[in-house]
Amino acid sequence: MNKKLFMIILGCLLFTSLAPIFSSGQSEEKQDGVTEIVYWQYYYETKKNLMDELITEFEAANPDIKVTQQTFPYADYNTKVASSVPSGKGPNVINLYYGWLPTYVSAGYLQPLTDPSFAPSVIENEFFPLVKAAKFNDQYYALPTAVRSLALFYNKDLLAEEGYSEPPKTWEEAIEMGKKLTKFDKNGNFTQIGLGVNLDNQFHHVIREVLNRQYGVAPYNDDTTKVQYNTQAGYDAMKMVSDLELVEKTGRQGFMEDDRAAFKAGTCAMFVSGSFALGTLDSVEELNYGTAELPSMNGIKSNFASFWANGITSFTEGKELEASVKFLQFLTSKDVMERWLDAIGELPANKELGESEEIANDPKFGPFVRGLDYAHATVFYDESAQKNVMFDCYNRIVLEGMDVKESVDIAAKEEQAIIDKYFNK
Amino acid sequence: MKDKNVINKIRYIILFIFGLIMLFPFAWMLSTSMKQGREVFNLSLLVNNPSLKNYARLFSSSYFPRWFVNSFIAGTIVTLSVLFFDSLMGYTFAKHNFKGKKLIFILVLSTMMIPTEMLVIPWYLISSKVGWVDTYWGIVFPGLMTGFGTFLMRQFFDTLPNDLFDAGRIDGMNEFKIWAQIGMPLVKAALSALAIFSFVGNWNAFLWPLIISSETRMYTLPVGLALFNGEFATEWEMIMTGASVATIPVLIIYIIFQRQIIEGIALTGVKG
Amino acid sequence: MKNKIPKGTIAKNRERWAYLFISVPVLFYILVRFIPTIYAFYLSFTDWDIISASANWIGFSNYKRLFSDKLFYKTLSNTFYYVIYGLPLSLLFGFILAYNIEKIKIGSGLFKTVYFMPYITSMVAVAWVWRWLFQPAPIGIFNNILISMGLPMQEFLNSVEQSKGCILAATIWSGVGFQMIIFMAGMKGISKQYYEAAKIDGASSFNELRYITLPLLRNSFIFLLITGTIRFLRIFTQVVNMTRNSAGGPLNSSKPLVLYIYDNAFRSFDMGYASALTVILFLIILLITLIQMRVTRDER
Repeated sequence: MNKKLFMIILGCLLFTSLAPIFSSGQSEEKQDGVTEIVYWQYYYETKKNLMDELITEFEAANPDIKVTQQTFPYADYNTKVASSVPSGKGPNVINLYYGWLPTYVSAGYLQPLTDPSFAPSVIENEFFPLVKAAKFNDQYYALPTAVRSLALFYNKDLLAEEGYSEPPKTWEEAIEMGKKLTKFDKNGNFTQIGLGVNLDNQFHHVIREVLNRQYGVAPYNDDTTKVQYNTQAGYDAMKMVSDLELVEKTGRQGFMEDDRAAFKAGTCAMFVSGSFALGTLDSVEELNYGTAELPSMNGIKSNFASFWANGITSFTEGKELEASVKFLQFLTSKDVMERWLDAIGELPANKELGESEEIANDPKFGPFVRGLDYAHATVFYDESAQKNVMFDCYNRIVLEGMDVKESVDIAAKEEQAIIDKYFNK
Repeated sequence: MKDKNVINKIRYIILFIFGLIMLFPFAWMLSTSMKQGREVFNLSLLVNNPSLKNYARLFSSSYFPRWFVNSFIAGTIVTLSVLFFDSLMGYTFAKHNFKGKKLIFILVLSTMMIPTEMLVIPWYLISSKVGWVDTYWGIVFPGLMTGFGTFLMRQFFDTLPNDLFDAGRIDGMNEFKIWAQIGMPLVKAALSALAIFSFVGNWNAFLWPLIISSETRMYTLPVGLALFNGEFATEWEMIMTGASVATIPVLIIYIIFQRQIIEGIALTGVKG
Repeated sequence: MKNKIPKGTIAKNRERWAYLFISVPVLFYILVRFIPTIYAFYLSFTDWDIISASANWIGFSNYKRLFSDKLFYKTLSNTFYYVIYGLPLSLLFGFILAYNIEKIKIGSGLFKTVYFMPYITSMVAVAWVWRWLFQPAPIGIFNNILISMGLPMQEFLNSVEQSKGCILAATIWSGVGFQMIIFMAGMKGISKQYYEAAKIDGASSFNELRYITLPLLRNSFIFLLITGTIRFLRIFTQVVNMTRNSAGGPLNSSKPLVLYIYDNAFRSFDMGYASALTVILFLIILLITLIQMRVTRDER
């Protein structure tokens, strides 16, 4: 009974569930002789816009190539990239944080840059030495347009209020000045901080690559297989930082959420950040600030440098590969580097260009360029986990009152386990 | 009578206090979104120089209208599908007997117990095989039917007396008609609630739309907004502006349909 | 539901309809939910890292690792904290609101809209607003209120002891409208005759609540209990957006199991281990749900 209706309903139900399959046939029009490649980077307004411009120029110079740029939210960029990998589809040229390269390279996601223009001897002649972080088994797998280093940002007006006309040269001075520049309300809560100590911004790099070395220990051994900061020098470095919050009281973690937010609002006198911060800070009219080289200690200068590099994915072949190589050559050309500096404020990865008079003497860029000379780029195996090791180490001391030595020893053990896990794969 | 009055007053006081607690964060969000520069940190709900500059900055991306449309389309498809399939299945679980019912019900419920985060990779693999990447079907397919909605509808159909349905059978209606013409009108309240839940849930979904769409024009609103949570910035006023932008459309939709929801609930109340 | 249908053509016919009704959903669930779930279960026996082409079978290694993983126990206990405190509180508040709104005559629509607003707001937005409210002085509202009352500043989200509570407050705030709506829909389904009969008997409003409203809200309550438990066991978005570096800190004090799964899968690319954790989470939720269903079983 009612078989007809029965069948009609069944048909409808089946159709609704199958409809998507029919509707999915997206027609991709391909023009004859034009090779299409896809480029991925994370979204940052100025970067995206500049890249759009650059792509237009590149396409004009290479009419047989079409480049599509796709951008993703910064915080989820790595997740997005990783989840696209198993499908075997995705971008041809991809922008990756240098700290993720070991993972992606060992998984076979990127292909080595075999074009003669990317030969190690050529690259090492032209680029800042820190790009070695993209070299594996004697081959480069990615190359940056720009590099970044750290500097001390200081609010000139706030410093002048306390009679300082110059930024500090050493950490000792920095702490002294920081104490004077810090203000409290009547309940003893901060209203202005003198020297910011926000680990999740850049300060975890300062501990790892700057202070450890200034106190006398390289954080890792030469081939980055062993953690070395669980020594007196390492304890001293961590103690200096936790003392900023606990003893000297020049700042606190989470003051106005973030040192940079506080700096923008004029309630932070000094903090450490990268050249990428220049852009947002310049947009604040009432802010009169300068940058200086990171303070030294025991006569030692050190800095942390990093970069986002462009690589070519391993499933890119044939014509697409040729086009990708051309595009990569374009992205790492001096011309693009100069425009990158102007538009985004990141330093050229080319040594000659970066150290040119014009850039080195620029009052704001200068300290960053000089910092590059003695900068180190940490080799990360699991960037997010290694970052957390440092935060937890600091928090155990500051929030739970743990002894510095005990906390650093735990951190060293945890980070060693992460490194071992990578090598035991 | 006096007691009644006192109780009533207490009721209003409780509701009013809760209301303030509920509204305050919204007021905060909206007022901050209209502040500029250092005023952001001046902790007052009143804005000295209210301006829509932050909104203009956010909307400077030409893709904004498109993201709205995408979210709206995805939300609508999912909601319609969920209303149909979940209520049909919920009804079947409540009012029909068949072999394996208990087990199938538990299995349907169990779909709520696996975090979506662990399913996105297989979903993406399927989608990229069938060509659903950067399509609406890709965005919506995982949510077309939900254990949550099925469970909700089962609970509501279950409270309806069986006599009503048997009457339909005596009149010679077929089972589909009985569901559509007798069952459905009686659970309007639950249906309107389910419609809101699924639309909202879909409107706010983040991880899956992020993974399934690569082209900026196929983003949904939450993914688009995440683009602006920039690289290193903790720009509170912009974050609050984004939050307002994400919230206001759903609020408007809710307020428009609220009348229907209330009527739906009222209707059910009379007949139940 | 207990009365058996006599075996006959009518019953057979109805059974056929039932299978027809569930056929498409069942097919859908198999393809979209069960197969991917089984795939995740399979991955829990491998060392897959998402980005490598191959996954090696490593037997029960992931599970063995799990039992000696302190962070696993920590995140598990955090998760239970959210359920044990969050579920009763949000049910209670949801009921109070629904009950009182049902009783008042003027303004019920307005109150309902107001209470439901947080639920339709994106969880990410909610998390960021609350994150700001909980800031230390000078920019945190709550701390400013405390200070103006002469009380000491609290660390809130930056404290190992208080972080979970702060996240829970935001969660309850955002979800209470949901509980309310379901309770209200349930209350609307209670026949007015019961209340009229009670009035004639001169029952107090407390007795009315106890003997009519609460028992007849059974189905709504069971639904909220089960879905609420699952919701709190799967808490994730608010923690990601309310804690520094999205780490569920400080010192993992607020990290729930789902965030730990996510960390392993998408930040450390340890999909095998993340899958093993997922299996455990699944078993926990399944067990709790089955117990809840048994305990609240229909005795009619």
